[in-house]
Amino acid sequence: MRSGRGQEIPLRLELRGITKRFGDLVANDHIDITVEPGEVHALLGENGAGKSTLMNQLYGLLPPDEGEILVNGEAKVFKSPRDAIAAGIGMVHQHFMLVPVFTVAENIALGAEEIRGGPLGILDRRRNRRDVLATSTKYGLPVDPDALVEDLPVGAQQRVEIVKALTRDVDLLILDEPTAVLTPQETDELLAVMRSLAETGKSIVFITHKLREVKAVADRITVIRRGRTVATAAPDTSEDELAALMVGREVSLEVSKTPAEPGREVLKISGLVVDDDRGVRAVDGVDLTVRAGEVLGIAGVQGNGQTELVEAIVGLRAIRTGVVELDNESLAGMSTKKILRSGVGYIPEDRSLDGVVKEFSVAENLVLDMYDRPPFGNAFKLNPKAINESAAERVTQFDIRTSSASATVGTLSGGNQQKVVVAREMSRPLRLMIASQPTRGVDVGSIEFIHSQIIHERDNGTAVLVVSSELDEVVGLADRIAVMYRGRILATVSPDMPREEIGLLMAGITGAEPAGEEEAE
Amino acid sequence: MSQVSTATVEDLTGVDAPDRFWNRERRLGAGVTIIGLVAAFIFGPLAESKTARFTLSTDATGAALSINGQLGTILFGLIAVVLGVVMLTGRAKRWQTLLLCLGIAAFVLSFLCWQVAGKFMPLVDTLSGSVEYALPLVLGALAGVLGERSGVVNVAIEGQFLMGAFGAALVGTLATSVWAGLISAMIGGLIIAAMLAVLAIKFLVDQVVVGTVLNLFALGITGFLYERLMQPNALKYNQPPQLPRWEIPGLADIPVLGPVLFHTNVLVWIALILVFVIHFALKGTRWGLRTRAVGEHPTAADTVGVRVRGLRYLNVMVGGLIAGAGGAYFTLVSTGAFNKNMTAGAGFIALAALIFGRWTPFGALGAALFFGFAQKLAYFLSVAGSPVPNQFLNMLPYIATIVAVAGLVGRVRAPAADGVPYVKS
Ligand SMILES: Nc1ncnc2c1ncn2[C@@H]1O[C@H](COP(=O)(O)OP(=O)(O)OP(=O)(O)O)[C@@H](O)[C@H]1O
Ligand SMILES: [Mg+2]
Repeated sequence: MRSGRGQEIPLRLELRGITKRFGDLVANDHIDITVEPGEVHALLGENGAGKSTLMNQLYGLLPPDEGEILVNGEAKVFKSPRDAIAAGIGMVHQHFMLVPVFTVAENIALGAEEIRGGPLGILDRRRNRRDVLATSTKYGLPVDPDALVEDLPVGAQQRVEIVKALTRDVDLLILDEPTAVLTPQETDELLAVMRSLAETGKSIVFITHKLREVKAVADRITVIRRGRTVATAAPDTSEDELAALMVGREVSLEVSKTPAEPGREVLKISGLVVDDDRGVRAVDGVDLTVRAGEVLGIAGVQGNGQTELVEAIVGLRAIRTGVVELDNESLAGMSTKKILRSGVGYIPEDRSLDGVVKEFSVAENLVLDMYDRPPFGNAFKLNPKAINESAAERVTQFDIRTSSASATVGTLSGGNQQKVVVAREMSRPLRLMIASQPTRGVDVGSIEFIHSQIIHERDNGTAVLVVSSELDEVVGLADRIAVMYRGRILATVSPDMPREEIGLLMAGITGAEPAGEEEAE
Repeated sequence: MSQVSTATVEDLTGVDAPDRFWNRERRLGAGVTIIGLVAAFIFGPLAESKTARFTLSTDATGAALSINGQLGTILFGLIAVVLGVVMLTGRAKRWQTLLLCLGIAAFVLSFLCWQVAGKFMPLVDTLSGSVEYALPLVLGALAGVLGERSGVVNVAIEGQFLMGAFGAALVGTLATSVWAGLISAMIGGLIIAAMLAVLAIKFLVDQVVVGTVLNLFALGITGFLYERLMQPNALKYNQPPQLPRWEIPGLADIPVLGPVLFHTNVLVWIALILVFVIHFALKGTRWGLRTRAVGEHPTAADTVGVRVRGLRYLNVMVGGLIAGAGGAYFTLVSTGAFNKNMTAGAGFIALAALIFGRWTPFGALGAALFFGFAQKLAYFLSVAGSPVPNQFLNMLPYIATIVAVAGLVGRVRAPAADGVPYVKS
């Protein structure tokens, strides 16, 4: 599997004075970083700080404007990822680099195919498949080699990306937010993999917004703010201190809120049954109500039907049986557009698929749902002035880091793309707000802000449904927590319930009183 | 905010939600039923009740399949209706492609019975004519497959044909060698391909615009040289030798198919071999995997070390060679001399075959044969003095493509990055 370089000298990487500008915006401003062999080096920084940009230059995807990359003391110019790969570098990208219409095995093989037939280059699918399975079992990251990538949920796609990088047996591995969509268990396994790789002398650059992970695995931490290295910290620095270093101010990691004052029943779901893409039952008889002015959190390990539940509510997925009512009006058979227009806000879990149009500008993305309504326009034309004014306002309010509101969303950092979605969905009067993984890939400062906005919506009398695989997030936001397991709501509990008990429920263990709390609702 | 559709080109079945009543199969079934009804109850009464003879040779003599014209018209129409109804029940999903093909075939047979009633139609002649008309279309569409599967739209097939036809005529005459002619034709196609590749891949000019301009360029330059050089000196410059017709002993004796496929010019064999080779190469080789990756998600391909632009250059150039060979058909097989704008839009029909064939080699072959058959039929009908204006049949490729693109025949989806230049910021 080795890429044929034969050498066994551990790789020592040095970045010197790397500078990258996009127009007026300085994304990287003379950054110096050294990564020693066998080191896990964490990169921390706000959304748009320039972490991905830095790594893309190291990987040959972007040419630096200034500065040098040294591998084992030797200056290198990486014109394309080919050169970086040849130097022993591998990368897991923040935005997946997977071909949707290929199978998992094809995606993993691409670029490093096992072939037979010499110059004919006939794919040896059996060997490719076996390599995939070998890596997958070796590192405890289950993937189905024959599944089409486009059919996979984001978490599984993330595992594919990681397996793809690990199959290649590199000396320096760049992991750009690999844990944003993993379950806590998967995250822990990945952290263990990183440690064991480091022990064999490989270096790892690890980007994440989750401070717990940084503290658990990093040997050294570099903090970047607005394109500059502002600090190097040891892993025993406290989470609060790290957060303050990143954002440049004190951040509260707790959600502050007053007790809810629930009103009328806004969303009422009974006996809902929904199938997934393969026709397998994903939601299996769910009853739920969300009242005005309260946050109902759905806790659960990803893949227990949460995605399908939410898609069924907003009309993206057919309802098999059951009733979904918004203020006593059935939503069955309504188009998604109509549902959203009737006062439902929706933050989808996969922003790049359902949330933003990357080729459109930030301003256009901010009015995607209202472009044909006054003041932004009518059925025949748009009103650019109103669109731009409102965009400028949102950009400041939600702290969207972009060179301008007319920049295309594709050029924004991952977390800032997420903020565009959140800003859009929260900019109109809502009756029901559905937030699926609302803070995925968002930095701690912005998490604080988005959480306070969600609570603000609640206090304005909106019914809020939050789905998150982060238990902390659910517990922090929710007034009631419904635990979902294998397509059913196992129990509805109070956020004051001890974490361990909720954790057990998430694993499907109901304990002595079987589904007792459900009746209590 | 709806889900982005991402069905594969190969994924012809099962793209619809299972609970939609008017899914692809039922829509197709309704279509087949309707054309069957038209055939049975409109063509049927119009048909004469005389014997229709389909002779197995190239003329009226010899063995023949005979049927009463009116009976045949109605019978085949009803067969189409039955096939359509089977599809409408929604129970035969696995067989839908087969049923669709049979349904269309039944309709065509019904139409033929109507037209041939009281006359005869030589089958061998019709089929070999269809294959011959289809030949440049297949080669042109294969050039398109190579380019577009790697993400470069090629609307310059027409220009490549013209350059190929011209090069074959000129060099073939000068060298008095048909093979030199064929090779020059390929080089002619390559010249256009090289210009397309450089302008589209390196200079990022809009690919449809480049293609259109290159078509005009090819038309202009071959037209100019034809008028200035060839026309005054036709004997010296425009009398290329013709591709020989070879016969494979044994196989050529198979009734009907033998003479059509195994007693013909080499270009037909080359085209068929290319269809197979490109099909299997796209599916099963490293080149194919990388080509498809580059056409679907070039950035992803780049990040694993695939040379995106290099591969695009290669594919467009090889496509140029193939389309150029397609151009040779016009001067080395069909007419025997170059003429101004002699390809007359065949390159665009090849483009239609590419789309109708869903960017796959076998799809392109099927579409090209279908279009070739329509063209031959149009010719046959006009000679036989049919009341159906042959312009209708000449329109068929375009109508079929519109129907296909409009989604009636299932989702037609180009490679995701087709026509999108790869730029690194
Ligand atoms: N191609 C581009 N064109 C213009 N601006 C860009 C481009 N790529 C990145 N930027 C800008 O550079 C800045 C740094 O982006 P980068 O993606 O590196 O941030 P990040 O630290 O990875 O953030 P996140 O944590 O949200 O992923 C952002 O302000 C972004 O808008
Ligand atoms: Mg990033």
